Amino acid sequence: MLSVIVFLPLVACAALLLVRLRDRTYIQVWIAVAAADLLLVLVAWLGFRTGGGLQYEQRLRWIPGAGVSYHVGVDGLSLPLVALTCLLFLAVAVHSLGEERRVRSYVCLFLFLQTVCLGLFAAQDLILFFVFFDLSIVGMFFVIAGWGHGERGRAAALKFFLYTFVGSLALLLGFIGLYLAATPHTFDLVELTRADPLAGRGAYGALVLLAVGVGLAVKTPTVPFHTWLPPAHTEAPAAGSAILAGILLKMGTYGLVRIAMPLLPASWRDYALVFIVVGAVSAVYGALVALAQTDFKRMIAYTSVNHMGYVVLAAGAAGVLAGTDAGARALAVTGAVTQMVSHGLITGALFLIAGVLHDRGATYEMDAYSGLAGPSPRLAAATGVAAFASLGIPGFSGFIAEFQIFTGSLASQAVATAVAVTGIVITAALFLRALRGMFLGPVRLPSSVGANGFRDLATAETLSIVPLLALALVIGVAPRLLLDVVEPASRVLVGLVSR
Amino acid sequence: MKEDLLALVPELALLAAAVAGLLTGSWLPRRRQWIVAALAAAACVTGVGATAGASGRARTVFSGTFAVDTATHAGRLIVLLSLLLVCGMSAARMRRDRREAEYYVLLLLTGAGALAMIGAADLLMLFAGYLLASVPAYALAGFAKDDAGTEAALKYYLMGALLGTVMLAGVAALYGAGHATLYAVLRTGLPAAPHALVAAGLVAVLAGLLFKAGGVPAHFWVPDVADGATAPIAAYVTTLPKIGALIAAHRFLHQALPSGVDWPLLVAVLAAASMTLGNLAAFFQTSVKRLLAYSAISQVGYLLMAVAVATRSDLARPALLFYLAAYALTNLGAFAVVAALPRARAIADYRGLARHRPGLAAVLVVCLLGLVGTPPTGVFLGKLGVFSAAMDGGYAWLAVLAVVNTVASLFYYLRWLTPLFRPAPLSPRIGWRSWPAGVAYVAGTLSLALGVAGGAVLPFLQGRDFR
Repeated sequence: MLSVIVFLPLVACAALLLVRLRDRTYIQVWIAVAAADLLLVLVAWLGFRTGGGLQYEQRLRWIPGAGVSYHVGVDGLSLPLVALTCLLFLAVAVHSLGEERRVRSYVCLFLFLQTVCLGLFAAQDLILFFVFFDLSIVGMFFVIAGWGHGERGRAAALKFFLYTFVGSLALLLGFIGLYLAATPHTFDLVELTRADPLAGRGAYGALVLLAVGVGLAVKTPTVPFHTWLPPAHTEAPAAGSAILAGILLKMGTYGLVRIAMPLLPASWRDYALVFIVVGAVSAVYGALVALAQTDFKRMIAYTSVNHMGYVVLAAGAAGVLAGTDAGARALAVTGAVTQMVSHGLITGALFLIAGVLHDRGATYEMDAYSGLAGPSPRLAAATGVAAFASLGIPGFSGFIAEFQIFTGSLASQAVATAVAVTGIVITAALFLRALRGMFLGPVRLPSSVGANGFRDLATAETLSIVPLLALALVIGVAPRLLLDVVEPASRVLVGLVSR
Repeated sequence: MKEDLLALVPELALLAAAVAGLLTGSWLPRRRQWIVAALAAAACVTGVGATAGASGRARTVFSGTFAVDTATHAGRLIVLLSLLLVCGMSAARMRRDRREAEYYVLLLLTGAGALAMIGAADLLMLFAGYLLASVPAYALAGFAKDDAGTEAALKYYLMGALLGTVMLAGVAALYGAGHATLYAVLRTGLPAAPHALVAAGLVAVLAGLLFKAGGVPAHFWVPDVADGATAPIAAYVTTLPKIGALIAAHRFLHQALPSGVDWPLLVAVLAAASMTLGNLAAFFQTSVKRLLAYSAISQVGYLLMAVAVATRSDLARPALLFYLAAYALTNLGAFAVVAALPRARAIADYRGLARHRPGLAAVLVVCLLGLVGTPPTGVFLGKLGVFSAAMDGGYAWLAVLAVVNTVASLFYYLRWLTPLFRPAPLSPRIGWRSWPAGVAYVAGTLSLALGVAGGAVLPFLQGRDFR
């Protein structure tokens, strides 16, 4: 079942490579495949027993000689991300109905990326995880280089590839360290979690955590490894940005809760403070730099650094045992996972909106636009909702996530939490300023906008953006739908970290 | 049964085909000289079949001078398949050439030399293999008889002659020290010998092997030969001698030297130098063949990592063999693309390839990203194994350096890959050959398949070796 979900897009990709169709047909097939995959995930979600641990598990021999197997499965931490992946790819597919440049390659690349992302969240083997981690970089490189904004796009793609490749190889060294420490040697996540091979190995465990931590921090990205993110986002096409921010960034933070915490519990507890500090600094620094941006897309990119900072803070706080109880730590972890889902939905929508702006005005400069609410009320409404959701207004998923993160972290890390909370204030300021500047006041448009003025959201655009925001609202109003799945897994994870 | 000829079927098949090819080639009219090419291919297939059917029992034949074990079997398969691919790559270019028969005879002979080095369990056997692998290769480097080819051949020859002499001196020194040339006897004899003499002999023998592998500091011929010779020969010199030399080095270090000699650090330093210098030099190359040549030098560095920990980690030998197989396929795939587009010499000539030749562009993407070590290609599993072995053997610093180098190498591979996807009209200067293109598809597919189905291959590499 899970393997079908993971590989369905890849099969479709291979099939599309073989046949020649009209451009629009490719995208229609893509939408159909993405919808089918989402449907399968919903079926899987309905059949998921909350609190039942790892489910839909499948393990096949792959490279037994090297301790590698094809092992997939989902639990409460990964199932929400699998569902998010399918939903966001469907939204991106609908949004891409207007794409005209080399459509077949474009569709195939995104189908490939979908398999890669789903595979990563389903992987229960370190090498399988790494394979998908690396392929996500390759896929996104071609998206940015091929469909980005010209020469600068290619430069940004190269920077993205080099940075994240460093991270992925650091990760690989860490994985090898784990592999060699286990007897018998294995890369299997479940077995490694059970064995806890680095318990009591002091410096060795610290080095492995350093390698894994750096690898994941580059991907997340946290300060100081975040510098690849703004150019990659600015130069990528809207669909690429939405996937990059919505899904690929989650690979880093998901790696923290899936690999770093349960496999290296002792080192994680010893060095939790490092992650707490990095998380708090990322949250504030990301918000401050976002405040200084004049480019709408760059601004959203930096708010991603801010939001991911909260996740890292929560993950770090879950590793501090003193002055807190298991309930608070589980709350922090649940908040972290909720934040991943919430950020995927909201930032995905925001990047698609940025794509609409660029499509109309050929620039992301906020100064170039004013009074857009007049000619394009639907766009203004969507942007307003997305901005408020992103800054964490109650009623949306972001509030649920951040509330849990801060409540869970406050008990042991009052100072860091207090510092990080200022990030919310700054984000609120920058979103309000952007909304006022771009949508209110007298109408002013870039000179490149033609005589027919500024078109409002088209049907395909509306259909791709609104469901994401609607789901963020649903989670905000009825969070139990999500939390019932996540919470048991968080409690298990907290138990693993404190052993 | 010490003189078991049946154990040497692959080597004998190549030699017999070489002799038969030389004789028939002298009498055949030019339009029928393809028969010699077919003979060469048949010899490779026979060798592959004999190896596949051979028993897995490790033993030595011919008074202990030639080991037949897992490493030999694996090396034979890699060499013979590579040779087959090189023959396929050459077919279009050499068809109806005045010296078509000679070309294949030389290829067969140097292939036999590589096989001899792989199995050598005796210093003299090793040196004989070295000569047999080298001398025909000098001729092949200058086969086109143009200026670049002649210069390449001369440089290759001078370097080879110098380091061959050094190697022979090393053999003599070790013979003097251990009173034998057989590895098994040296192992017991060397501990009593003067330390300086053993060290000198070891370094000198390694120098010869490094020359064949194309590793720093004996790497100076690699870029010139790869650039000056034709693409199939460039593919040949960066692949086959390396397989022979590295398996030979592994066997020599693993079996002949007693544990007291501290050679692992020396090899580790050579590995570090090779990967770093090769990468740095590749950075701003504009000629694709030179770029691949420097990439080949850096790959020797990664391969030497496994040799460095040969006695320190059980993971080393399977990793070395697997990496060699994956590297051979991937490197040949990249060179086959170059051979398929004979007039595209610079990176800039590849602009727009993805649009006009999507198949070749796909192979190039697979092979170049494969050389970086991107999963799920074969080289990824090879690198994984080599890194694991290095860390297991206590050389974590070398693994870290290799990671840094891998990232650096990404830069120049991407410099070649990005122009493929730029819009450009098809340059009429690019040329097109179908045989090498076919080889490219095969090699690219196999290199990918080796990564995906690595689990099926790896158990065969983990058998015991003769010691």
